[in-house]
Amino acid sequence: MPNDTQKISVKTTDFKVVGTTPDRPDGIDKVTGRAKFGADAYAPGMLHAAIYRSPHAHAKIVKIDMSRAGALKGVKAVVTRADFATGLAGENWNILENIMASDTALYDGHAICAVAATSALIARDAIKLIDVEYEMLPHVTDVDKSMASDAPVIRAGTADKSVPAGLGENVVRYHESGHGDIDAGFAAADLVIEDTFKTEATHQGYIEPHACLATLDTDGKGEVWCCTQGHFNVQKVCAALVGTETSQIRVTASEIGGGFGGKTVVFIEPVALALSRKANRPVKLVMSRSEVFRASGPTASASMDIKIGMMKDGRMTAASAVYRMQGGAFPGAPMEFTSMCGFAPYNLENVHQIGFDVMTNRPKQAAYRAPGSPMAAFAVESVVDELCNELGLDPIEVRLMNASHEGTKASYGPTFQRIGLVQTLEAAKAHPHFTAPLAENTGRGISCGFWFNHGGETSVTMALSEDGTVALSVGTPDIGGSRASMGQMAAEELGIPYEDVRVTIADTATLGYNEISHGSRVTYASGLATIEAARDTLKKLCKRAAAKWGIDEDAVAWVDGCAVPSGANAGDFDPLPIGKITRSMGRTGGPIVGHYEATPEGAGVSFATHIVDAQVDPETGKTAITRYTVVQDAGKAIHPTYVEGQFQGGAAQGIGWALNEEYIYGTDGRLQNTIFLDYRIPVASDLPMIDTVIVEVPNPGHPYGVRGVGETSICPPLAAVANAVSGAVGVRMTQLPMTPPHILSELGKKARAKKGGANG
Amino acid sequence: MSMIHVNTTVNGDEVDFVCDPRETLLDVLRDRLSLTGAKEGCGTGDCGACSVTVDDRLVCSCLMLGAEAEGKSIATIEGMATTEALDPLQVKFIEYAALQCGICTPGILIATRALLAKNPDPTEEEVRYWLAGNLCRCTGYDKIIRAVLDTAKDLRADAGEAR
Amino acid sequence: MQYHTPDSFEDAVAIANAATGTTRFLAGGTDVLVQLRADIVTPDDLIDIKHIAGTHDITHNADGSWTIGVAVTGAEMSEHPTLKNDWPGLVEAMDLVGSTQIQGRATLVGNLCNGSPAADSVPAMIAINASIDITNATDTGTATRQVAAADIHTGPGKTSLTKGDVISAVNIPAVQPNSGDAYLRFIPRTEMDIAVVGVAVNLTLEGDTITAAKVVLGAVAPSYVTVTDAANALIGSTLDEAALDALATAASAACNPIDDKRGTIEFRTQVSGVLAKRAAVIAYARAKGANT
Repeated sequence: MPNDTQKISVKTTDFKVVGTTPDRPDGIDKVTGRAKFGADAYAPGMLHAAIYRSPHAHAKIVKIDMSRAGALKGVKAVVTRADFATGLAGENWNILENIMASDTALYDGHAICAVAATSALIARDAIKLIDVEYEMLPHVTDVDKSMASDAPVIRAGTADKSVPAGLGENVVRYHESGHGDIDAGFAAADLVIEDTFKTEATHQGYIEPHACLATLDTDGKGEVWCCTQGHFNVQKVCAALVGTETSQIRVTASEIGGGFGGKTVVFIEPVALALSRKANRPVKLVMSRSEVFRASGPTASASMDIKIGMMKDGRMTAASAVYRMQGGAFPGAPMEFTSMCGFAPYNLENVHQIGFDVMTNRPKQAAYRAPGSPMAAFAVESVVDELCNELGLDPIEVRLMNASHEGTKASYGPTFQRIGLVQTLEAAKAHPHFTAPLAENTGRGISCGFWFNHGGETSVTMALSEDGTVALSVGTPDIGGSRASMGQMAAEELGIPYEDVRVTIADTATLGYNEISHGSRVTYASGLATIEAARDTLKKLCKRAAAKWGIDEDAVAWVDGCAVPSGANAGDFDPLPIGKITRSMGRTGGPIVGHYEATPEGAGVSFATHIVDAQVDPETGKTAITRYTVVQDAGKAIHPTYVEGQFQGGAAQGIGWALNEEYIYGTDGRLQNTIFLDYRIPVASDLPMIDTVIVEVPNPGHPYGVRGVGETSICPPLAAVANAVSGAVGVRMTQLPMTPPHILSELGKKARAKKGGANG
Repeated sequence: MSMIHVNTTVNGDEVDFVCDPRETLLDVLRDRLSLTGAKEGCGTGDCGACSVTVDDRLVCSCLMLGAEAEGKSIATIEGMATTEALDPLQVKFIEYAALQCGICTPGILIATRALLAKNPDPTEEEVRYWLAGNLCRCTGYDKIIRAVLDTAKDLRADAGEAR
Repeated sequence: MQYHTPDSFEDAVAIANAATGTTRFLAGGTDVLVQLRADIVTPDDLIDIKHIAGTHDITHNADGSWTIGVAVTGAEMSEHPTLKNDWPGLVEAMDLVGSTQIQGRATLVGNLCNGSPAADSVPAMIAINASIDITNATDTGTATRQVAAADIHTGPGKTSLTKGDVISAVNIPAVQPNSGDAYLRFIPRTEMDIAVVGVAVNLTLEGDTITAAKVVLGAVAPSYVTVTDAANALIGSTLDEAALDALATAASAACNPIDDKRGTIEFRTQVSGVLAKRAAVIAYARAKGANT
């Protein structure tokens, strides 16, 4: 996702609505329980579905016997892979194989068949009556073991052309990038540190399980209601997987109970459609929590080698990295993003990175907030921290000395335009947190983080009502308060109150294609499209005013919600408010609708610097996060409170990833922690208040300077917490999560080494 | 499977329903009474999204049978606002952006109302521990805790004025 | 599944004895419902004992002992005005079970009968010599026998209860003068986890010297461990450093844990000693009259 050049005039001052904090339009619905989420839909005659999943990590499916299940009273339809489209290729084949296995169960939780019944209880009972005969196959769940030459092969022949010869069958994609001469750079360094790091897979952990309600009629027309970050993508994928045309499926996005990347992916909607087609009735399908953990996408897990050279004064001379990422039983671990993000904060003459995408017997990984970047930051920023420790240098000064800035050739190739890394570091340095005294057994960690941000296909329409209010339709599901920020940008451009704009997430039948709400693209891309649609609308409004006044269109300007004559020869007319123009629009040319469709490519990259204090109980290894500060460049904060919310949410998720969240597999290859009791996301009492500093270095690619803010906030915390814990315990922590047993074991090793050293 | 007939009170209204003995109170509220404000985030009592009060006691409705509701008085998020106005907590949650996706919000509001009824002047730590069974994945809890503490302060001030 | 709501223990016993399939009792339901929802255990007969008179009562008896009804929740124990003055460790241990919501339903007996070796309230009950009333059928009707809390749990998922046994009350002894109990557990987060290690300590003093002690460990062996060596390390001491170290050594030595998703053998063994010391310090302060 390079940072393409686009000439846009950027407004950075004199905002009236942008930068304020109005109430979100979905606020009342969400505090009263009226908001309708994925599982809240109902249709007359609706059936309830359930999915049978493999209890084995890797097994050949010899026979599926659904006769007992099908005979259960109340069961109306059963489906297997045979009920889906054939002849698919590429990613559509991967998605289908993931949501309904063909001949092999590839991981614990892999879907094998499904039923629809008159109640959810009957559907669950039916699942217990399904008999599947398996032939067990050897399995592998660890990335390093899966790369070994003797590893069980997940699917031979999957590797693409990027993979060099001589690697195992499970290595399916390869990335290499960089510039300069790293050997010369390392040779010139006063100190070179090289270390290996590992992170476990984590889950996005959204509280709302995947849910949908689907109908597929005998005439091939379908309807889907679902919680998704991208309903246009659901439409496209569903059509392909059930074998119909895209336009025949209409998808409506429900309110979404968290996604963080995990709901960019299709898991259950085609299954519900296939069941509906067979039963000729609407079908509702809701995952249980354990299905969410076992069968929806966690992150990749990673094994990483980092090497950085530094001069005594802190200047980096060279950096290299190897990232081995497993993304489950399919290609797709985001190793190229990991590779590209790791050294992005640094202005390096000599840099090189390699990434491997490795398959294992685990669920297909899905995006999770800046996919791939947090792991890289953990590894790289840990080595930077260690270099600072060894050389006795200040961690912020060293980062400032080496920081990427406008004009830097990025570690991954392009040249940075205007960016705000230095400003986040300066703000962190000036923050009272950075110089506050530290309590006993407490360490302070610093880390930078980077994410590209994204633009993508976007389409918006803006319809004016006769009273001068506005119906704004966007196609990007609201995953973080974007209806408010869209309303603000529309109001800003039109010069009308925020309350006069009603923002709707339009379904797939009523708006052009919109890419998924991912890549922190919504406020940037849908925002840009909203502004452009507003400008299109204003042009049309000015034209009506010009016609009324009998003057040239160019002689009409738009000021504070009114058409006004502009220029020397425009004449003298009273300002014409928007409501007056719309009141007569039926007689003056018909409805006024603005729109914008494009693929904006000026998403500005974003950087953050985090500071964290972590206190470790030396007797139990338990870590308490005692203070946390997020400093991040937002470009321009449209709704500053919601921007803070993104900063805080990312930090909290990163803290969980660093300390206690992990996928735990048994030797049998089965996931052991499939409920929230054992998949330990932070609870309210685990966290302190999370301070935020919004830095605003305008993105030259957006009319108001907006940069995406949703993802960058999860990039620094893994490393920041690891650096703080390492400082607190005096041992470099190289594996996440840093659970109490893990920390106590490291402390024990340190104590034994010290004792041994003293004796010897 | 023999069904059970249950008479109960929900948000002050007398209701009755018939349910399978295996159905949870949450199943009944959502599927039989169309009160979908309580959510099933886990089904194991770990996330709190299904929080309701039963005879003024805060519980997870996923860990109680529908049949157990016989003769009880149940309060759900749908009954929190009066006909005149939102509850002060609801107002403050919107103002503070104490919600992002909103899936945990009904449970957190119900849990918080139960807290303030019991302890009108909680410390930050008390709020955090009281809400430890209500998972939120979006906010990092910061704005939730601030909204609760500020509502409590307002309510205490109002109570002071009333005296 | 048949759902029963007997209004006497006699009826509950009769239903349980007549049942032919899987039987579960329902009080708080915080374990039974989880297993039901996840299709791990679907009972054929579910016997809700909450309609039986007295099951919701906390009674302070004339001799200073306590009787806790089998449907009394953790929240009701915490809210009781005087129970925690006598047995703060027990009340705290029960309060550690789950969230506020779980506290609104979970019971001591449920915590015990679920069969987990990691229940928080069980070491606390054993440490203070709690006993359990069990009612079952006899030739002439029903009878109630009393069994030490320590004798109920026998292994992971296993109890000594037999067909028709219905637990009808929990008996907590009268607190002795100059005594104090405490329970601590280790979890990776601050809340919402199952104990990785649990330690209950109950002490009685004469002056500054410990004259009686009981130390019970949870989550570090197939069942709860009453550590006599640990108690002996404390008896006769004033809880000086040497006694604490001996306590920790004895507690760690008594561990026979497993490696699992919640902790390692090494960790559980080490932290048992750490928590034993910390719990002993609290219990000692309480025995000295500190309001902690």
